Amino acid sequence: MRYIFEPGFFASGPVHVALAVGAVVAITSAVVGVFTVIRGQSFAGHSLADIATTGGSGAFLVGINQFWGFLAFGAGAAAFMEMIGVQRRRGRDVATGVVLGAALGLAALFLYLGTQSSSTTGASFTILFGSIFVITTSTIPALIASALLALATVVVLARVLLLSSLSSDIAAARGVPVRAVGAAFLMALAVSVALSAVIIGAVLSTALLIGPAATALRLARSPIKAVVTAAVLGVLAVWIGIVLAYDSYYWPPAGRGWPVSFFVVTLVVAGYLLTFLRRRPRRSAPHDSHDPEHACSPA
Amino acid sequence: MFTGLMLNTWIAGTVVAVIAGVTGFFAVLRGSTFAAHAIPNGAFAGAAGATLLGFNPLAGLAVFSVAGALGIAALSRRARNDVATALTLVMMLGVGALFVSWSTEYAQEAYALLFGEVFGVSTDEVVPILVLGALSIAAIAVMFRPLLLSSVLPEVAEARGVSARGMELGFLLVMALATSMTVPVVGALLMFSLMIGPSAAARSLTARPVLAMALAVVLALVTVWTGIVASYVSNWPLGFFVGVIGAFFFLAGRAYRAATGRFRPRVA
Amino acid sequence: MTLPPTGDLLRLEDVSVRLGGREILTDVSLRIRPGEFTGLIGPNGAGKTTLLRVILGLQPVTTGEVLLDGAPRPHRDSSIGYVPQKLAIEPDMPLRVRDVVSLGLDGQKFGLRLPSRARRELVSDMLTAVGAQRYADARVGELSGGEQQRVMIAHALISRPKLLLLDEPLANLDISSEQGIVSVLARLARAEDVAVLLSAHDMNPLMPVMDRIVYVAAGRVAVGDADEVVQPEVLSRLYGRHVDVIRVHGRILVVAAPEGVEEVEAAAEDVGIAG
Repeated sequence: MRYIFEPGFFASGPVHVALAVGAVVAITSAVVGVFTVIRGQSFAGHSLADIATTGGSGAFLVGINQFWGFLAFGAGAAAFMEMIGVQRRRGRDVATGVVLGAALGLAALFLYLGTQSSSTTGASFTILFGSIFVITTSTIPALIASALLALATVVVLARVLLLSSLSSDIAAARGVPVRAVGAAFLMALAVSVALSAVIIGAVLSTALLIGPAATALRLARSPIKAVVTAAVLGVLAVWIGIVLAYDSYYWPPAGRGWPVSFFVVTLVVAGYLLTFLRRRPRRSAPHDSHDPEHACSPA
Repeated sequence: MFTGLMLNTWIAGTVVAVIAGVTGFFAVLRGSTFAAHAIPNGAFAGAAGATLLGFNPLAGLAVFSVAGALGIAALSRRARNDVATALTLVMMLGVGALFVSWSTEYAQEAYALLFGEVFGVSTDEVVPILVLGALSIAAIAVMFRPLLLSSVLPEVAEARGVSARGMELGFLLVMALATSMTVPVVGALLMFSLMIGPSAAARSLTARPVLAMALAVVLALVTVWTGIVASYVSNWPLGFFVGVIGAFFFLAGRAYRAATGRFRPRVA
Repeated sequence: MTLPPTGDLLRLEDVSVRLGGREILTDVSLRIRPGEFTGLIGPNGAGKTTLLRVILGLQPVTTGEVLLDGAPRPHRDSSIGYVPQKLAIEPDMPLRVRDVVSLGLDGQKFGLRLPSRARRELVSDMLTAVGAQRYADARVGELSGGEQQRVMIAHALISRPKLLLLDEPLANLDISSEQGIVSVLARLARAEDVAVLLSAHDMNPLMPVMDRIVYVAAGRVAVGDADEVVQPEVLSRLYGRHVDVIRVHGRILVVAAPEGVEEVEAAAEDVGIAG
């Protein structure tokens, strides 16, 4: 045990906060992430994270806590994407990309202006790569509340989202307001992304959003199993990542520690790649096996 | 504004814009918007690592951008394309985070690689940019017809012996190559804006491929040149102008399309 | 203008749909009675999918009226079941076959619901009825075309609709799967007293089970029995040019006049006549 947990781990205040907040964010990201992957909105999820960066640097400029900047820009971008959004996926991606590009341009400006007024350039690192060990305690209630809001939204919409992903025509014919549901989901996504951006950085919140979810989708067949598996994987990745990051203070180069985001991302990606090792037995279909064309083509 | 070091800036910026227009045209056509964002970002991590180890950052850029292209192509065979891109991207960025954290004085260079430092381009940096630029354009020229066919009518292309996977890999590698020399100029995060905005606008204006590509190049040139002037005058980062002007072109293209009713809904 | 009520389940009166400057459907009138099995036959691009979307309430009409059980559309509810042509889903979709059918009961509702034994049994029974019990726990994204059609039929029928619409369910299926789907549909429709409107470009597999035909060509329709509708004069009027009807080996072949030689060959292949 001594070799896994370096001295002071369990006593450290920041570690407690990191573990607790990390778990909440991991669970939220995983649940939202499952639906994000199903809906093919991974790019939007990543873009919202990068756009949240802009919010963070804007907040840094104005001198308020980054979290509010993340949230405001993330939600605003989601609304904007929805407005110029196009139904076909390619058009949607290009529109997302342009919003992202503009936001990144703004981020460049904010960071530049920030360094003009004060000399710290380390802030850009924090905004991009996260600060799980230095979470401002005053933001924790807001973090928890936002997580619950995002989770609640997704839970309430779960069936409708699944039906829409199965066939948006069937959903619409049964009275589902498909566009409104999509917009609500995008908002939940923006909130979830803002959260994770705070702890592991805007750029890497994508990893917690997509990684556990993509892994779970390869392992689980039913919606509930997928969501639970993703949440478990996310929490494991964050907790093990925290342990390793803490331990790494004693690793070379001494005294600084490796970033927790590096560990979390590596764990998440490794977990995903591991699922390719097991050979899933394909269903044998005695009838229908000579269909000239399968209904859905593999990716 | 047109002498000495600035000359390098103009040359580098022009080459970058041409590359961006050409590769961006295909990126938009193929729906590879995410990859166009992911590969430069991953390249940034490579540059960080290279600097740390004492190598030329360009080498790091090249290695990581190629690794990114290969990673995306390989994962896409077994997974959704956007998931493959996302995971490849974050893996490279995670490693980049590690490298950046190990070097103490890296923040300024990290900023430069992410957002661009076009005014700092030295003469011996211009040459590789020109060479790699020429190579990328040559590659696209060679691949142009099969790539176009594969992008628009993948089944027809397969029937004619053009492998969709081969074209995807080839295109990603060209993007990687293009990226590795443009990132020091406009930055990882914004090379992408330069690729997408002008090309998307060009497609809104015309459906003819060669014309659209030429238009994309022209719009990218306008973006970069305007950006250089604005950046020189105001001292604000070039990337800011690239992002905003790119968005402006995109919206203008959409407005044009809506106004002329060129967008016809498809009918069953 | 309200029309006097009739016993019809579905009624379209003079429906026209104009889209993007083109008239897709012109003066379409048709009636479907409860429990009737109707084939919506016509070549690709004739307007079949648009017509189905109009009935579903997904496509607004430019003129005319659509009435379901006397009530005007669009009124979105569960009285119409719909099986789309193709599901564009990825293999990693976390829905088993039984989950998909379960969504047929309440997928349009918000919030959580607790699992119940009654629901599980209902889903099971439905799966058995369509012959999909065998792969009830397989991922829906891994099914073959024919398997998926059965699942979507179960999904559509489990909420006991009065009308079932299917968009080209037989396209891309091999002959034995085709026959399987047609017989499942016919059997279930009779059993549950569900009216069926099924679109296809080849009417032959449906001849044994169809009560009536709605033949669509160039946005216009001719409605009636197969013998009434599938006649050269009727179809020529629809198509707006000369059309021949060939009856051979108990099958019906609709061909355009001499210019359409390639169509003849393609059509001949479709019905299994060697070319």
